[in-house]
Amino acid sequence: MKTKKITNSNSIQRATRLWSPLFLGPVVIAFTIGFVWPFIWGIWLSLCQFQTVSDARFVGFGNYIRAFQDTTFTHAFWYTALFAVVSLVLINVLAFTVAYILTQSIKGSNLFRTVFFMPNLIGGIVLGYIWSMIFDGILSRFSTSILMESKYGFWGLIILMCWQQIGYMMIIYIAGLQNVPGEMLEAARIDGATRWETLFKITIPNVMPSITICMFLSLTNGFKLFDQNLALTGGQPFIIQPDGSTIKTTEMLALNIFNTFNGTGSTSQGTAQAKAVIFFVLVAGLGLAQLAYTRKKEVQQ
Amino acid sequence: MNNKNLSAEQRRKNTLSVILGIICVIYVIPVLMVVVNSFKLNTFVKTDTFALPSGEMWAGFANFVKGMTFGNYPFIKSVCYSVVITLLSTFLILLCTSMAAWYIARVNSAFCKILYFLCVFSMVIPFQMVMYTLSKTADRLHLNTPWTIPIVYLGFGAGLAIFMFVGFVKSIPLEIEEAAAIDGCGPLRTYFSVVMPMLKPTLISVGILEIMWVWNDFLLPYLVLDINEYRTIPIHIQYLKGSYGTVDLGATMALILLSIIPVIVFYLTCQKHIIAGVAAGAVKG
Repeated sequence: MKTKKITNSNSIQRATRLWSPLFLGPVVIAFTIGFVWPFIWGIWLSLCQFQTVSDARFVGFGNYIRAFQDTTFTHAFWYTALFAVVSLVLINVLAFTVAYILTQSIKGSNLFRTVFFMPNLIGGIVLGYIWSMIFDGILSRFSTSILMESKYGFWGLIILMCWQQIGYMMIIYIAGLQNVPGEMLEAARIDGATRWETLFKITIPNVMPSITICMFLSLTNGFKLFDQNLALTGGQPFIIQPDGSTIKTTEMLALNIFNTFNGTGSTSQGTAQAKAVIFFVLVAGLGLAQLAYTRKKEVQQ
Repeated sequence: MNNKNLSAEQRRKNTLSVILGIICVIYVIPVLMVVVNSFKLNTFVKTDTFALPSGEMWAGFANFVKGMTFGNYPFIKSVCYSVVITLLSTFLILLCTSMAAWYIARVNSAFCKILYFLCVFSMVIPFQMVMYTLSKTADRLHLNTPWTIPIVYLGFGAGLAIFMFVGFVKSIPLEIEEAAAIDGCGPLRTYFSVVMPMLKPTLISVGILEIMWVWNDFLLPYLVLDINEYRTIPIHIQYLKGSYGTVDLGATMALILLSIIPVIVFYLTCQKHIIAGVAAGAVKG
C-alpha cells in the first residue's frame, strides 16, 4: 500500500514537471529581469567606472574607497543609524503600550485600532507633504521652517514615522498579546502579583517573538527610508564645507545613494553603485539576522 | 469589597478609553488638515494652517479645479495609470507566483530549491541595490510603459509572494491533489480547480500587500517609466514641488485629498482583510 502511494505521488510529480514552463516560466523570466540580472550586473558595475552602461570600464575597488572617503556618505550613515535607533525605541514602546491597553477589553478598542492603523496605508511621498505643511504651519509662527534647522528635520521625520508605523507594529503586538495563555495571567492574579509584576514577568516574556520581529522591522524600515525623507526635507538644510563639498544635513543613506547616481562627476555613478552594494550588505545583514533569529525561536517552540 | 474592586477596575478602563479617544482625535488631525486646507486659498495655507477656511480664506472648489491641470500634467491621467499599474501588477503577481509556488512546493528538484532560496534572498535586498541596473534593463527591454511595468513588479515582488504561498501550500495535505489526479485531473486542472480555491486566504493577504506596495510606490515607476509621458499619483505629487519654486499648497492639498480618499474607502471596506494580510506578511517577512 505504502509503495503504491509513493509511486502515485511520483507519477503526479512527473506529470507536473511536463508543465513546468507554464508554472515556472513567467516567474523565472520576470525574476531574472527584475532581480537576478540587475543584482549581478550591479555588483559588476560597482567595480567599474561608467557614466552610461555602455562605457563601463573595470577599475577594481576604487569606487569603494571613494565611497568610504565621501564625507556626505559617512554623515548619512551616522544620521541614518541615529534615526533608526531613536525611531526603533519610540515606535516600539508606544506601539506596545497602545496594543497592551487595547487588549484589556476596553470600550471602543475596534475604533481605536482602525484609527491607529489608518496612516499606514498612505504613501510615503504624500505623508511627507502632509507633514511638511503641518510643521511649517507651526514653525512659521516662530518665523522659521522645517528646512531651516536639521534638528527640526530629524524630529519631524521621527514624528512622521511614529505616526505611520505605530499602527502597524501595534497590530503585530496585539496578535502576540492575544496568544499569552490566559491561565498564566489568572494564576499570577491568584498568587497576588501586581499589574506591573504580571506585565514584566509573564506578558513580556511571552510576547518576545513579536518584540523581536517589530524591532527588526522598525530597524530595517529606518535604514531603508527614502520617500518620506525626500518629501519632508529632501536633505535640507545644506552646509557647505571648507573643502567645497556640500553636506545635506538631513539626508539619509538611501537618498544619498540616489543623489550620488544623479551626480555629474566622472566617477559618481560607479561610487553610487559601490555605496548601493555597501547599503545592501548592511540591510541584508540586518534582515538575515532576523530570519536566523526567528528560525531559531521557531525550532525552540 | 469585591464590588468596589470591580468598579475601580471599570473606572480605570474608562479613563484609558478617554485617553485613547483623545489620542485618536490627535491622530486624525493631519488628515483633517488636508481636508481643511484643500478648501483654503493658497496664501492662507502657510500663515493660517490650522484655521478653518472661513470668510476670505474660503476657496470653494477652486483648488480642485486648478489641481486637475496643475504641474502641466492632467491629474486624471495619473489616477488612470496608477489604477492600471496597480491592478495589472497585482493580478499578474497573484496568478504567476501562486502557480510557481505550488510547483516549487510539490516538485522536488534542485532548480526549485535554488529558485526558492533566491526568492527568500531577494526579500532582504533594498531597492537601491538594483535600482540603476533595473531601470537600464527595463529600458532596454521596453518595459517602460504602464502596460509592461507589471512585469518588473512581478520580478522584483516575486520573493515575498512566493515565500508566503509556499508556506501555505506546504500546509495543504497532498492527499487532496492525489485524489484529484486519480479522478483524472491533469496538473493544470488540479491547480485551478482544486488548489487555487484553497489558497484564497493567502491570495487575499498577498493581494492586499501588493496593492498597498504598488499603489504607494514612488521610486520604481519614477526610474522605469518615461516620466514625461506616464506619471503615477506619487510621481505627480512629487513633481508639484519639484518643478516649481513656490508651490501652490492649496491645490497640492486638494490633490492629496483626492489621492487618499480611495485609499481610505478601500481601507474602511476591507479593513479586516487588510489588517490580517499585513500581520501575515510582517510575521513571515
